[in-house]
Amino acid sequence: MYVAVKGGEAAIANAHKLLGDRRRGNRDLPSITLDQLVGQLSLAVDRVMAEASLYAPHLAALAVKQARGDMIEAIFLLRAYRTTLPRFGASRPVETGEMVAERRVSATFKDLPGGQVLGPTFDYTHRLLDPELAGDGEVEAALLSETDGEPLMRVTDILAHEDIIESSRGAGGDTPLPEEPSGDLTREPLEFPMQRDQRLQALARGDEGFLLSLGYSTQRGYGRTHPFVGEIRMGEVEVELDVPELGFAVSLGTIKVTECQMVTQFAGSAKAPPQFTRGYGLVFGQSERKAMSMALVDRALRADEFGEDRLAPAQDEEFVISHSDNVQATGFVEHLKLPHYVDFQAELDLVRRMRGEFEAREAASLETDNASREAAE
Amino acid sequence: MTGQAQDIAGGMAAYNFAYLDEQTKRMIRRAILKGIAIPAYQVPFASREMPMPYGWGTGGVQVTASIIGRDDTLKVIDQGADDTTNAVSIRAFFQKVADVAVTTRTREASVIQTRHRIPEEPLTVSQVLVYQVPIPEPLRFLEPRETETRKMHALEEYGLMHVKLYEDIARHGHIATTYAYPVLVDDRYVMDPSPTPKFDNPKMDMCPALQLFGAGREKRIYAIPPYTRVVSLDFEDHPFEVQRFEEPCALCAARDVYLDEVILDDKGGRMFVCSDTDHCEERRAAGNRGHLAAEEAYATTEAAQ
Repeated sequence: MYVAVKGGEAAIANAHKLLGDRRRGNRDLPSITLDQLVGQLSLAVDRVMAEASLYAPHLAALAVKQARGDMIEAIFLLRAYRTTLPRFGASRPVETGEMVAERRVSATFKDLPGGQVLGPTFDYTHRLLDPELAGDGEVEAALLSETDGEPLMRVTDILAHEDIIESSRGAGGDTPLPEEPSGDLTREPLEFPMQRDQRLQALARGDEGFLLSLGYSTQRGYGRTHPFVGEIRMGEVEVELDVPELGFAVSLGTIKVTECQMVTQFAGSAKAPPQFTRGYGLVFGQSERKAMSMALVDRALRADEFGEDRLAPAQDEEFVISHSDNVQATGFVEHLKLPHYVDFQAELDLVRRMRGEFEAREAASLETDNASREAAE
Repeated sequence: MTGQAQDIAGGMAAYNFAYLDEQTKRMIRRAILKGIAIPAYQVPFASREMPMPYGWGTGGVQVTASIIGRDDTLKVIDQGADDTTNAVSIRAFFQKVADVAVTTRTREASVIQTRHRIPEEPLTVSQVLVYQVPIPEPLRFLEPRETETRKMHALEEYGLMHVKLYEDIARHGHIATTYAYPVLVDDRYVMDPSPTPKFDNPKMDMCPALQLFGAGREKRIYAIPPYTRVVSLDFEDHPFEVQRFEEPCALCAARDVYLDEVILDDKGGRMFVCSDTDHCEERRAAGNRGHLAAEEAYATTEAAQ
């Protein structure tokens, strides 16, 4: 006896109730606060803000908590909120040259004006599990030096004085910014080939792991660019908005960003003198891995500009940009668990039919064999 | 700060009618109108992040959200059934954000959102069928590059598709495409009908209802206006044919409908029932009985509704 299943609604509601229960965990322990997440899991919060393209630490922390620590789920939650927000306008380009840098390192010069500032980095820590951290031990206060407030000179600007690196557009560069506002792929349909502004936006929102692997692949010979870290800087930058009614820009506050400028090789051509080229990475919050990967992939994707052959995956714009978005990727991969039985039924039928025909042919040829053998006997 | 975040998060509860803001709906409606004007042409649109995952019907949901009005009656099906979990979830979404009337009756619906099926009951001019589309490009698996496939459509260069179908016949003796079977619309664009079984392809031809297709992740919308010629690709010596089932529906005895195979035990026992649950129920209500439909089983199904 067959009764059609009619439990969908109740099943979904119960599943969500169970999810809520598992998310809360042991009720004898206090619930994690958003302040704790923002303060103590700040790099997780930063990643969610970066890939959701929304700078909102407490909302990102809420997303992390709601997602039970599943980063892509948290990114998805924050994006689905972002998409409902009204747009007031576009800020002025942030001036990373005037950043209050907490960290600034260059791999291309031993020393430079402003010095190498290590900041809060995992670099040079020995990766030994620290049992102290299992408890709530006293933590020493950080030693902070006074700064003179002078902005740190950008390494690429030093190279630009010699004209030995391609010029960059906008503030700090020689070429003025284009008049038209930069593209926004969350508001305009994506079309290939892309402009670099939209491409950088896609990379900034792209999955850290995917870009890391692609960047890594360029280092291993799949689209090699001979990169040097010209500079990595991380710290607070001011966001300013032009208000037409006022006639001047007002400050909206500061955000923390990580910027990476890769200096890469270019041999020059008949028309252009030999010159270093740039790969650029800029990410919300503190994420050097992401900023560096982004810079490597940005440079690899500029292959056409420099007349390089596009042979490697990292140089292929359609391949990279179509697959870098983890919310899209996870949705499409995971949708395979939705019912597909109608299509499967169609395939079943065809395979059965083709097997039937195959077996009939086999049987027929067996019969002919037998018949000819009998005839021979 | 926590309080502030909750305030912001608390404010999230207020959504516009049918979730999308009016600007976005306007943008999507423009894409739909362009799609209707150029049947089966894939119109790029700025797909929004929806509160359900990509691949779960975000394109269809955006199309429905843009066309639905307060007077509409919505039906949502997945695999032909109103009670599959994702159909339940999408229907609940629209009940929540648009407070529209919903139904499982094909005849009563003004907007039907579907995944993988076209209802058995013929649609009418006063209905809109919204398809959820995973991969809108029929040429995608022959040519992965968007820049190339757009060129091929522009030049009506569909030879590659015919070669693929021919190779199927040469290799298997059949066209081995059983769902998402390509169609030629209005004698111009080759179109992916979404992963509906090819059984449903003939229903698209000269259909009185407006058919809209939304692909959220791929950011494309396309349309078939009412009464448009839709032809499944084939060859003179290998004409297009749909799947035929040997037995009728075990519950309502319907023939010439699409059936689901239901496994009954681990000894190969199985039965075939209508994939279109509404069609099946209506037939049973009209007194049609298949060989496995007992009176009490039908009563239980009714009660559960």
